[in-house]
Amino acid sequence: MKNLWLFLVRYNAFFWFILFFVFSLALVVNNNNYQRSSFVNSSNVVVGSFYSNVNSWKEYMHLAEANKDLLDENALLRHQLQEMVAKDSINEPLITDSMDNPSRYEFVVASVVNNSVHQRSNYITINKGSLDGIEKDMGVITSNGVVGTVLNVSLHFSTIKSLLHPDTKISVSVDSTSSAFGSLVWGDNTESRFAMVRDIPNHVKLYVGQPIYTSGYSTKFPKGIKVGYVVQTDIVSGGSFKDVRILLTTKFEKLTHVYIVKDKLAKEKLELESLNEDNG
Amino acid sequence: MGRIIIFNIIRFLVLLILQVAVLKNIGYYNIAVAFPYILIILLLPIGLPNFLLYTLAFLTGLSIDAFYDSIGIHAAACVALAYFRIFFHKITIELDEQESFNTPSWGNMGFKWYSTYIVLSVVIHHVVLFFVEAFSFYNFIHTLLSIALSGVFTLILIFVISLLTYHKKSRVIN
Repeated sequence: MKNLWLFLVRYNAFFWFILFFVFSLALVVNNNNYQRSSFVNSSNVVVGSFYSNVNSWKEYMHLAEANKDLLDENALLRHQLQEMVAKDSINEPLITDSMDNPSRYEFVVASVVNNSVHQRSNYITINKGSLDGIEKDMGVITSNGVVGTVLNVSLHFSTIKSLLHPDTKISVSVDSTSSAFGSLVWGDNTESRFAMVRDIPNHVKLYVGQPIYTSGYSTKFPKGIKVGYVVQTDIVSGGSFKDVRILLTTKFEKLTHVYIVKDKLAKEKLELESLNEDNG
Repeated sequence: MGRIIIFNIIRFLVLLILQVAVLKNIGYYNIAVAFPYILIILLLPIGLPNFLLYTLAFLTGLSIDAFYDSIGIHAAACVALAYFRIFFHKITIELDEQESFNTPSWGNMGFKWYSTYIVLSVVIHHVVLFFVEAFSFYNFIHTLLSIALSGVFTLILIFVISLLTYHKKSRVIN
């Protein structure tokens, strides 16, 4: 017994090392596998408010660009509004399709307080939290593309698992009308401007410059949001599917404002779909 | 003694803020990223009890993790670094010195000792960090490249910081 004690004391550095190291690894594994909302991340108050302070300085650097984006978006919205006003409702029968109804989705604007593009797994922190109705797994978009999904929510902040993260998968379709679809992933890229669309059926013809849109199959993103353009088509993944490389329309380095997509029918859809699993 | 504690707290805050506010946004994609915050652990007083050293290293890593949203990865690397630090001090520092509360800095220990200490520490820290982050040996070459380039980047920054704060024989007798 005494010898054992002496042994432990003599090599205490090693045993402490094992203890602390295993504990750290447990944290890593827990966090990776289950995406549990843990306290120590950038959605907590200390880290979140630190980054919003830093960001209030950094925002000035991108003001001109942010302004230009907002102006572009304004112009686009004004154009759409004009179309709606000009539309003659008598020519078309008024049928309300609840699935494509624009009021199905609600958008919450938030500003980005922390962003990274240089890590292997990138996250974004925004200044809206559960008080503003943000919930886990909501989709996040910007005026010109998709950003990611909400990962953790605190009262005033949320963290977003960016598209630039190995676990993010978004259902996309080729052209807004086509039925061909695949999943958008960041892939093995190290650049924040490019991503991959995997598992597109081989019979679908693709050309460089073809736009890619969200498919609207999940409750996270509405249908028809432009994601990017095809830049490389001849990546063979084997079998009956192919991969393409796309240039993202979202500029991740210069993200200042994002919109969180609230799907009012999400709960209904998920509940209905969960019945499928119960039936086997 | 009190002075040393205050110095260490200031060093912790300055390097942490430098890391998460400035260096987080600087890097060559995700291949070369600098982590000079490990100086916080490397420059803790020599005679620190092992358990305290591990706790401080773990908390430092966890603070960095909180800002990087990478729970446990930096903590694991910092704990490994603390183990290496204990080992290195044991075989290179004389017994009476090991009890003292001196800072193992460039000025106190000389360039030869300090540079060996820093280079080996950066290697250990980065190897653990990047392999825990990848969590596999898939993409082995990419990970090795990240370790090498980030290591060089970190070393340059650490030596610049050390040069700027260089004091010849600034030992405090306790």
